[in-house]
Amino acid sequence: MSIAPAASTLKSRPIRLDEEGLPFEEEGRAPNAFQGIADPAELEARMGIVIVGHVDHGKSTIIGRLLADTGSLPEGRLEQIQDLCARTAKPFEYAFLLDALKDERAQGITIDAARVFFRTPKRRYLILDAPGHVEFLKNMVTGAARAEAALLVLDAGEGIQENTRRHAYLLSLLGVRQIAVVVNKMDLVGRSEAAFDAFASDLRAFLLGIGLEPAAIIPVIGRDGDNLAMRSTSMTWYSGPTVLEALDAFRSQGEAVNGPFRMAVQSVYKFTNDGDDRRIVAGTIESGRVRVGDEVVFHPSGKRTRVKSLEAFNRVAPTVVGAGESAGFTLAQQIYVTRGELATLASEPPPVVATRLRTSVFWLGARPLELGRQYTLKLGTARVSAHLESIERVLDASTLASVTGRTSVLRNEVADCILKLRQPIAFDRAADLAATSRFVLVDNFSISGGGVVRDALPPNETRAPASRGESRVTLRPGILWITGERGTGKSALAHWLVNRAERTDARVELLDDDTLGPLFPAGESRAEQELRVRRVAWFASRLESHGTTVVVAIDSPEEDGRLYARSLASDFVEILVTATPDVLAARNAQRDGADRYETPVQPELRLDTGRLTVDEAGDEVLAWLAEWSNA
Amino acid sequence: MTTPTIAPPTLNVQASRIDHIDHIDQLEHRSVHLLREAYASFAQLAMLWSIGKDSTVLLWLARKAFFGHVPMPLVHIDTGYKIPEMIQYRDRLAAEWRLTVIYGQNEEALASKQTFPDGNVDRLTCCGSLKTEALRRTLSGEGTRYRFDHAQGKYLVDTNREPFTGVIVGVRADEEGSRSKERYFSPRSGENNWHVGDQPPEFWNQYATEFAPGTHVRIHPLLDWTELDIWEYIERERIPTVGLYYDRGEGQRYRSLGCWPCTKAVASTSSNVAEIIVELKSGRFQHIAERAGRAQDKDDGGGLETLRRDGYM
Repeated sequence: MSIAPAASTLKSRPIRLDEEGLPFEEEGRAPNAFQGIADPAELEARMGIVIVGHVDHGKSTIIGRLLADTGSLPEGRLEQIQDLCARTAKPFEYAFLLDALKDERAQGITIDAARVFFRTPKRRYLILDAPGHVEFLKNMVTGAARAEAALLVLDAGEGIQENTRRHAYLLSLLGVRQIAVVVNKMDLVGRSEAAFDAFASDLRAFLLGIGLEPAAIIPVIGRDGDNLAMRSTSMTWYSGPTVLEALDAFRSQGEAVNGPFRMAVQSVYKFTNDGDDRRIVAGTIESGRVRVGDEVVFHPSGKRTRVKSLEAFNRVAPTVVGAGESAGFTLAQQIYVTRGELATLASEPPPVVATRLRTSVFWLGARPLELGRQYTLKLGTARVSAHLESIERVLDASTLASVTGRTSVLRNEVADCILKLRQPIAFDRAADLAATSRFVLVDNFSISGGGVVRDALPPNETRAPASRGESRVTLRPGILWITGERGTGKSALAHWLVNRAERTDARVELLDDDTLGPLFPAGESRAEQELRVRRVAWFASRLESHGTTVVVAIDSPEEDGRLYARSLASDFVEILVTATPDVLAARNAQRDGADRYETPVQPELRLDTGRLTVDEAGDEVLAWLAEWSNA
Repeated sequence: MTTPTIAPPTLNVQASRIDHIDHIDQLEHRSVHLLREAYASFAQLAMLWSIGKDSTVLLWLARKAFFGHVPMPLVHIDTGYKIPEMIQYRDRLAAEWRLTVIYGQNEEALASKQTFPDGNVDRLTCCGSLKTEALRRTLSGEGTRYRFDHAQGKYLVDTNREPFTGVIVGVRADEEGSRSKERYFSPRSGENNWHVGDQPPEFWNQYATEFAPGTHVRIHPLLDWTELDIWEYIERERIPTVGLYYDRGEGQRYRSLGCWPCTKAVASTSSNVAEIIVELKSGRFQHIAERAGRAQDKDDGGGLETLRRDGYM
């Protein structure tokens, strides 16, 4: 349909968007007969689509033309842009309709995933205008990751270019499975069926090779609107869908209610205002559903209990919640759960818990992804320190051929890598459940890459002395004094550390209740207990002076005793282990009186053993020691 | 177990409908997710409350996210020229919902009458001073913060002057061009500047929650909402809104709220939420900007973008 002409007295103004996100002219314009607006309540939720492809292959033109041809432009908008072009002596292009920012018009390239809406009689579309300029791949990723379907645009005159391949591969990695290919500028190849067929078969082979099956491959002339909203009158040999028909044929992907239940714990809330005593585990459900009474298991901790109630504000508490919902539930037992864990159901397949991951990553950071460097990996709500253990292969973006032997992954490259995490995380393999396989890597405060976990790998034996890497135990002589209330796990941590150190050449001695035995009795009274602390301190300092690392784990409730130990030692590392009262109660710990344990004022390390597993706590100590040894 | 009952008893009875999550549900769930991420990520977190419909929906969504509670201060920038009814409404909700409300203002500019209504500066300079600069100083703690004291029912000087490192803002992508470029989590430099062309990527529900010292992050949970979505949600949830939005017999109402010298009412006889929704759907405002009544937007050829680069909301 055509756009009614309007008075061209328009000034250059930034495009503004009206309530539906459509660009609109400033004000005072009479309402027009806007096409195809059904009652919004009857429409499906809008579908996010992304339009990707190599720079200058015509993405913005196609979007501009789609807006114009679906009647999604307000009256006069087209004329306003044409008028502006005439005054600035620039040839008119449909692409200008989208250039909402001054920045963009100045540079002549679309720089960000702007949001533009249009609708067909079937539904509303949110177009994420993904740019093709390689500089802005991070914006393309931002747009495409939100999309349910994609149009891959390429220029019939230029064929498959670097970004055609790169974008297609990223769509596959990002999980966009519904795509249609738009072969634009068919006029450049004489609207030829033979040229198109050759193109289509090359493309199909390439896309299938990376796991994408295009729903349609459509010959188009974007500038003239051929096969966009209207069937081409000059390429009558083509009988497939137009672009709009292809879009309308995509399925709106409902949330994955039928998969296994997965919810990354965002937080556990206990707001005590107004007498509220609920302790609510909150998160957004990625997949599956959960009901009151279900047995839930949290990973990696493995803790489990039943759902006591589902919580909600200003609505009747539901009895079941599912994928896509932001949920909250209380637990039958007060187990200690924290942000970063993955809630699952005991009756369903468990996630994977691991510290070594085989992954496919794409890198967006200015600084390369390098072997051995530390990054923060965020998956769901988990956040762990990670380093790049090895690069299996880097994909050449222009050929998608594998390159091996690289030590870094550069900006805009995709690669298969092995990542080693400092603490275990829970996830699913990409092939099993995409949503919980996805992670990002943070470098220098910003998200610099993303990827999916293909598989979990067994922990490597980097702990043996000969092996490389940061997990080697680096111990120097000193006293590791583990203190904390009863039941906080002092001895377990000590045993873990000594066990780890004994696999190396380190000379290490454990002093705890078992090894000290009756020669150093714990004593009945507080005075006897303190005397024992001083004896053990002296003994430990003698061992240290002969080059031994001494791990001490006895009750040492008084600051005085610990200060005495510190005064005798050359190197003293005070490790405070804590646990919340409910964790201690769950462990049936024999409690010190509340007034009996004096918390260290400035321990070198604090570890919450209710929150950390022994492995995690041990790893934290080793990581701290590694830094300390290098200092 | 106790559920706080500070909202009017307007339970919106919905059956469990997990097989059909509608458009508004989707928006609500995403916003709640973002609010919870913000709360988990920033120790010094605040939410801007302009008293308008959008940031009041945001406030309501916080109560959704935190099960009736609003565990962060609401910051209001009082230009001194807000329509008095807005301030009354603010303080009424603060008391009823037990909110932590903080306001700040550019006291120097007001004292020296460097304002547009005083005739001494143009509109954009006035906005820059009474809004942008007041906001910057209130967030950084350089400016005096006034905190609502529930026991005394009045505002007292707040002793907390810690800079806020996370600031939740109710902007929507459809308001105007520059806002369509926003991320959900948008890092800003110490001077509040926004680098439009060089924003971090944002995907898979992972956001820019890490930030360098001296910078802060703005969080935009309403980015995907449209004006119509906002009103439909207000209707569905029965969220109390300030009466200025409704025609009270004068044949006009406000569509967007700001300072009285620079905000015009629009001709409309919609006197309640349902009528506003009908009006919006009718296409009467189809091509008239929501902010058309806001004069400062027109004084700059670059629109709001110039203001926003410098920290305007």
